Amino acid sequence: MNYTPHTEADIGQMLEAVGADHVDRLFDPIPEELRLEGLDLPKGVSEMEAIARLDGLAREIQTSGPDLCFIGAGAYDHFSPSVVDAVISRGEFFTAYTPYQPEVSQGTLRAIYEFQTMICELTGMEIANASMYDGSSALAEAVMMAARIRDAQRVLLPRSLHPYYRKVVEAYARGAGLKMVDVPWTRAGTMDLDALKDELDDDTTAVVVQNPNFLGVLEPLDAIGEIVTDSAASYVACVNPMSLGLIRPPGDFGADIVVGDGQPLGLLLSFGGPYVGFFATREAHVRKMPGRIVGQTTDVDGKCGYVLTLKTREQDIRRERATSNICTNQTLCATAVTVFLSSLGPQGLGEAAALNWAHSHQAADALATLDGVSLPFDGAFFNEFVVACDRSAHEVLGAMSSRGIAGGIDLGRFYPELDHHILTCVTEKRTGEEIDRLLSAWKEAV
Amino acid sequence: MLETCQPALRMLWEMEHVLKAVSGMDGFTFQPAAGAQGEFVGISVIEAYHRARGEEKKVVLIPDSAHGTNPATAAMCGYRVEEIRSTERGTVDVNDLKSKMSGEVAGLMLTNPNTFGVFEDEILEIAGIVHEGGGLLYYDGANLNAFLGQCRPGDMGFDVVHINLHKTFTTPHGGGGPGSGPVGVKAHLMPFLPLPVVARDGDTFHLDFDRPQSIGKVSSFYGNFGMVIRAYVYALMLGAEGMRRTSEMAVLNANYIVRKLEKVFDRPKSSQPMHEGVLSAAHLKKDHGVTALDVAKRLIDYGFHPPTIYFPLPKVCPEALLIEPTETESLEQLDAFIEAMTQIAKEAGEDPDLLKSAPHDTPVRRLDEATAARKPVLRWRPDD
Repeated sequence: MNYTPHTEADIGQMLEAVGADHVDRLFDPIPEELRLEGLDLPKGVSEMEAIARLDGLAREIQTSGPDLCFIGAGAYDHFSPSVVDAVISRGEFFTAYTPYQPEVSQGTLRAIYEFQTMICELTGMEIANASMYDGSSALAEAVMMAARIRDAQRVLLPRSLHPYYRKVVEAYARGAGLKMVDVPWTRAGTMDLDALKDELDDDTTAVVVQNPNFLGVLEPLDAIGEIVTDSAASYVACVNPMSLGLIRPPGDFGADIVVGDGQPLGLLLSFGGPYVGFFATREAHVRKMPGRIVGQTTDVDGKCGYVLTLKTREQDIRRERATSNICTNQTLCATAVTVFLSSLGPQGLGEAAALNWAHSHQAADALATLDGVSLPFDGAFFNEFVVACDRSAHEVLGAMSSRGIAGGIDLGRFYPELDHHILTCVTEKRTGEEIDRLLSAWKEAV
Repeated sequence: MLETCQPALRMLWEMEHVLKAVSGMDGFTFQPAAGAQGEFVGISVIEAYHRARGEEKKVVLIPDSAHGTNPATAAMCGYRVEEIRSTERGTVDVNDLKSKMSGEVAGLMLTNPNTFGVFEDEILEIAGIVHEGGGLLYYDGANLNAFLGQCRPGDMGFDVVHINLHKTFTTPHGGGGPGSGPVGVKAHLMPFLPLPVVARDGDTFHLDFDRPQSIGKVSSFYGNFGMVIRAYVYALMLGAEGMRRTSEMAVLNANYIVRKLEKVFDRPKSSQPMHEGVLSAAHLKKDHGVTALDVAKRLIDYGFHPPTIYFPLPKVCPEALLIEPTETESLEQLDAFIEAMTQIAKEAGEDPDLLKSAPHDTPVRRLDEATAARKPVLRWRPDD
C-alpha cells in the first residue's frame, strides 16, 4: 500500500515534461556508489492487516497488564471528557500545518492564545508561551532562561524533584556549564529551608521547586518564595496543573517562571507521550522566553486577529543567539488542554482537584491503619503519597501485580534510603470499590 | 511492570529496525519530541563522545544556508558556530570547509538534499575531510523524502542523524506538533544515547537504564510514543517498495513543478532538484515591486497553502519560494498549482496591487505583525 495518486500515464507525461526517460534518472545526482538496491524491510501490508496487527498488540497489553492503576509519578490517569477528543480530532486542528500563514490559521492561533491565557490564569503569571515538549524539558528551558536573566552558575534543585526531570535539566544545562546543587527534604517530605538558605548564594541563578514534589508532598511555596525573592536568583516552580484547582498558584508567591506538564488536563497516558509542557513568566522577561508565542493584533481592515509574534527571539531569525532551538512544539496537545479547561471551567477544575484530594486521602487513611504499613512523610499531599512497608517494595508490588493491580512505584529505584517505600497515586477516577481492592491487595501483600 | 508493556516495547524495537534500514545507522532513540530536540540530542552525543576520548572541541561547522535550528542547537550545547560558505549551487564550498577544519572542530551539521533541494554530490569528500580532522558528521534529516529506499545517510559517512516522523513518516502536524524526531547513531556513538534504550533479550524486551556514558534524558518518559505508533503503521503499510515509490513520486512532483515554472519565475541554480525546488520572485520584485510574500499571499486566494518563503535565506537566494509538493499530490493538483502561479506572475505585471493586498477572501486579511511585536498582547485579561 502506498499513498501516491499517480497513474502510469501521469508518470509518463510528467517524465516527458522534465526530460527524463525513467524515474531513476531523477536520482542521477546521487553518486553510483551510494545508490541502494533495495531496503531490508518486509513487503507492505493492507490497511486491514495493519489494523489486525495493532489490535493484536493492544489486546496483548489488555490481557497481560493490570486492570487497575495506582501509578502516577509524572503521568496521571484522569478522566478526559469526550469533547476533548472530538474537538482535537477535527481535521482543522489535527492535520493543519504550523500557522505560518496567519490569514488561513486563525483557529489554530486563537486556540493557542486561549491556551496562553488559561496557563496565565492557572499559574498566576503574566504571560505564557505556545507550549513546550513536556514538563521536564519546560523545566530545563526555565533553568536555561534563569541563566539568561542572571549570569550565574549554580542551580538549586530539590532532592525531591522527579528524578527523570532532574536528568533532563542536567542534560540541557551541561552546555551552559551550570552546576546542580541538591537541597534535601525534611521529615515532612518538604524542602529543607535551612539547607536552602545555606546554599543560596550570589552565584545562584535559579532555585527550583516542584509542587507537589516527587514524594507527592506539597511544598511551602510562600516560605520558599520569601527566601528566594530576597536573593537575585530566579524562583522557578514546576507544578502539577490539576493541583491548581485547589491550591494557590506560584505566581501568588513571587515565582519568576512557572512550568509543568499539561498531561493531567485531558491528555491520555499513551506510554509517556505526547504530553505538553507549559511555560509562564513575568512580562519583564518576555524577550528572554523560549518558544513560540501568539499575539493579538489587527488586520488591514482593523479586524482583530492573531499571529506568531516576538519572533526575533527565535532560531529562524536569531540563529546561534536564539533563546532556544525549539520551534515545533505540542500544539495539538495544548489545544486539548484548552478544550479540557474550557469544558470544566474554574469551578469544574476545583471540583476535580477536590475529588483527587478526597480519594487519595481516603486511600491513605485506610492504608495507614494496616499492620506493617506506615505513611513516613507527614506533609500535606494532593493525590499522591509515599507508603512505607516492612516487606521490600519490589515484593509488595509483585504480589499486587499478580492480582491485576499496578500498586505504585518502587522508590528504591531512585533513592537508596527509600527501598521499602512505594509512591502511590489515587486520582478522581479510582472508585471506592477500587480503593477497597487496593486495600485488600495490600493486606495480602504485607 | 515491563512484562505488561511488552507490545509497546516491541513496537519501538520494530520501528527502530525500520529507521535503521532506511538510514543506515546502528541504533536509535525515540525520545526527541521534534527535530530541534533531535538536533540537541545529536550534538550532545557528539560532545559526550569527544569528552569520553578526553578531547575538548569548541566549534561546530554549519553551512551559511542552514536552517536556524542548527546554529541555535550548537550554541545550546556550548559550541561556537563557524559558517561554511555555499557555492553558487547552494552546496558546501569544499575549499572553505578545508580551510576551517581544525582540531577544535567537534563536527559538521549538514542537510542533504540541502536547503536548495540539491544533492550534496561531494558528500563523500566532505565526510572524509571532517573525519580526518577528528570531527563527526551530523545529518539534519528533517526530511528524508528524497532518500527513502534510494540512498542512506549512514552510507554517506554521517555519524548521527535525526529523522522527523512528522514529515517523512507522515504523522499529523497538529497545527505545530506534537512531532517526533528520533535520532540514529553509528555504533561508536550508541553508549551516549539518552536513557533508557529498548533492549531485546530473546523474546522479551526491556528498558536499559544501565548506560553510564549516556547524555541523560531529554524527555520525561520515552518521547512522543503516540506519534511513533502512527509512523509505525505508515511504515508497515508502505513496506520496502512503497517507500521507494514514495521518494520517486516526491522527486518527480518537485521536478515537474520546477521545470514548468522555471519559465515564469527565476530558478537560482541549475542543479537538478530532489524532493523540493527553489524558485525566486527576484525579477517580479525588480520589474513590478512584488515580493515573494505577495506571491505567497495571492496563492491563498487561489486555494493553495503557500510554500515556505525567504528560505533559503535572502543572503544566498533573494525572494525565495521553496516548493515541496510531496508524493501525495496528483498531476491534476500540480497542474492547478502551476496554473495559479503562472496567473499570479501575469497579475504581477498587470495589477500588482492585487498581489500586495492579497489575500482577499480569508476570515482576516494581512495582519499587522509589527505592532503585534512592538506592543505585545499575549493573553486575554478579565478587564479586556
